[in-house]
Amino acid sequence: MFDILQYSFIQNALLAGICVAVVAAVAGYFMIVRGLTFAGHALPNIGFAGAAGAVLLGIDPVFGLFAFTIGAAIGISILGERLNERDTAIGIIMTLALGLGILFLSLYAGFAQEVYSILFGQIVGISRTNVLVTAIASILTLVLLLVLFRPLLFSSFDPEVAEARGVPVRLLAMVFLVLVAITVSLAVQVVGALLMFTLLVGPAATAIRIVQRPLWAIMLAIALGVSYTCLGIFLAANSVYLPVSFFIATLSFGVYLLVRLLSPLWIGRRARKSARSIQVDALPVSQVNEQEQSNSVETIGRIQETSH
Amino acid sequence: MALETRDPVISLEHVRVQFGRRIVLEDISITVGEGEFIVVLGPNGAGKSTLLKLLLGLVKQSKGLVQVLGNSPRRGNNAIGYAPQHRVLEADLALRARDVVGFGLDGNQWGPGLPSRKRNTLIDQALLEVDAWDFADVPVGQLSGGEQQRLLIAQALLTNPRLLLLDEPLANLDISHEQEIVELVAQLCRARHVAVMLVTHDINPLLPVVDRVLYMANGHSTIGAPDEVITSAKLSQLYGSPVEVVQALGRIFVVGAET
Repeated sequence: MFDILQYSFIQNALLAGICVAVVAAVAGYFMIVRGLTFAGHALPNIGFAGAAGAVLLGIDPVFGLFAFTIGAAIGISILGERLNERDTAIGIIMTLALGLGILFLSLYAGFAQEVYSILFGQIVGISRTNVLVTAIASILTLVLLLVLFRPLLFSSFDPEVAEARGVPVRLLAMVFLVLVAITVSLAVQVVGALLMFTLLVGPAATAIRIVQRPLWAIMLAIALGVSYTCLGIFLAANSVYLPVSFFIATLSFGVYLLVRLLSPLWIGRRARKSARSIQVDALPVSQVNEQEQSNSVETIGRIQETSH
Repeated sequence: MALETRDPVISLEHVRVQFGRRIVLEDISITVGEGEFIVVLGPNGAGKSTLLKLLLGLVKQSKGLVQVLGNSPRRGNNAIGYAPQHRVLEADLALRARDVVGFGLDGNQWGPGLPSRKRNTLIDQALLEVDAWDFADVPVGQLSGGEQQRLLIAQALLTNPRLLLLDEPLANLDISHEQEIVELVAQLCRARHVAVMLVTHDINPLLPVVDRVLYMANGHSTIGAPDEVITSAKLSQLYGSPVEVVQALGRIFVVGAET
């Protein structure tokens, strides 16, 4: 069962997968708290269109990937400056990119193998060099995210005060999206567009429901992402040619669903420090009324019972 | 202490602010001293929030002189604490109360920030000062409007400001919580000797604590003690149309103003 670890392509897949999972979890946390989940779906697909364009021009798909994702990241931050416009901006830019992608593919006469592998990934077919490039890029991205950490978090939750306190909110938003675009471009070649989105959103969305402290949520998201990836690769390697993406996406969904269903058990509880503050006035008025009403109903019920 | 040797906290001289062709503030001149409690009143769109943004360096005047503690306004001024008009943080499960307050301390600094005992102590002190320590570790999405408002005030206090700008802190609060926030701000104003500029729609809960009222309408403004400013004559002149100030049930009502 563990024999598969001897094969170098499995080792490569695990190493590259872990790198991508770590960066994706950190970037994914910020994407969720910034309300940018949709961009996590759009950027890999936009990258696919760029790769198709590059193949048509006869150049390495990587250039197309970078050009399209970074261009889209800048476009999204300019067009979608206001929160309520952002998803619209992402949607408009993604549909344009996908339209172009289909055009490029239809103009290209042959079967663009490289392009399709970007859509679905080829994690078990990557070289040591790929692993090395992925690892270096992941470390650089992580370092940059660490440098931006506090202002990025501050401006994610409270852009107005952050701006008043001197945080370059707009610039930061753009830098962050470009960073995500670079991450996506590098990782998509390894894991594919579908898996990229899974690793960006799944682990962080689950972690946020379990712990509240930002740093802990990020750590947990990393742990989840790495576990899904390793387990997914392991299961796929032991099955007969079932795709890795399927296993990782299913694991991610399964754990999220479980946490989502169970989280009311702990999220509903307020971690108050003393009983003093759990007063009636801490509840919204409607709830108080409901309580009073149900109390009085209970009393009536008891009176009736005793009269029997 | 000779007060006249110190710079006023806020000094505006004949200031005009305009966005494109629209003039939001016209010829406004005020001086606010240390520890003064100023309430800013006026109808929607009168430029109340713009005035705060002017002091924060987020918008620039097109005419006149603006000074905050003797300097031109600039972003990132630690001498100003700011709590903007509040939206309810319902969806935000991903932050605890103390994380929100912590932003006020070092949210604008680069790097992930190392955990430190000194940082925790400062945050605890701020939480205690606004009576929010009990729910320090509760996700902000689960706090009531009044509790969230306390956090935003605590956040604004962390740099030891000499000027506190509060935009509509009483919005969406019921009367008892309104009263709590008013008492809290008044107490901070006196204890810390911090000047407060508080934007609101309703002067009544603030009448016992306010020093002066800045009433803004139609791009113009007038400042003074509540009973000087909130009179039928003064407000009719400001609005440019008949306005009646009515006293009833121990409260002041401005009738005919919101058109």
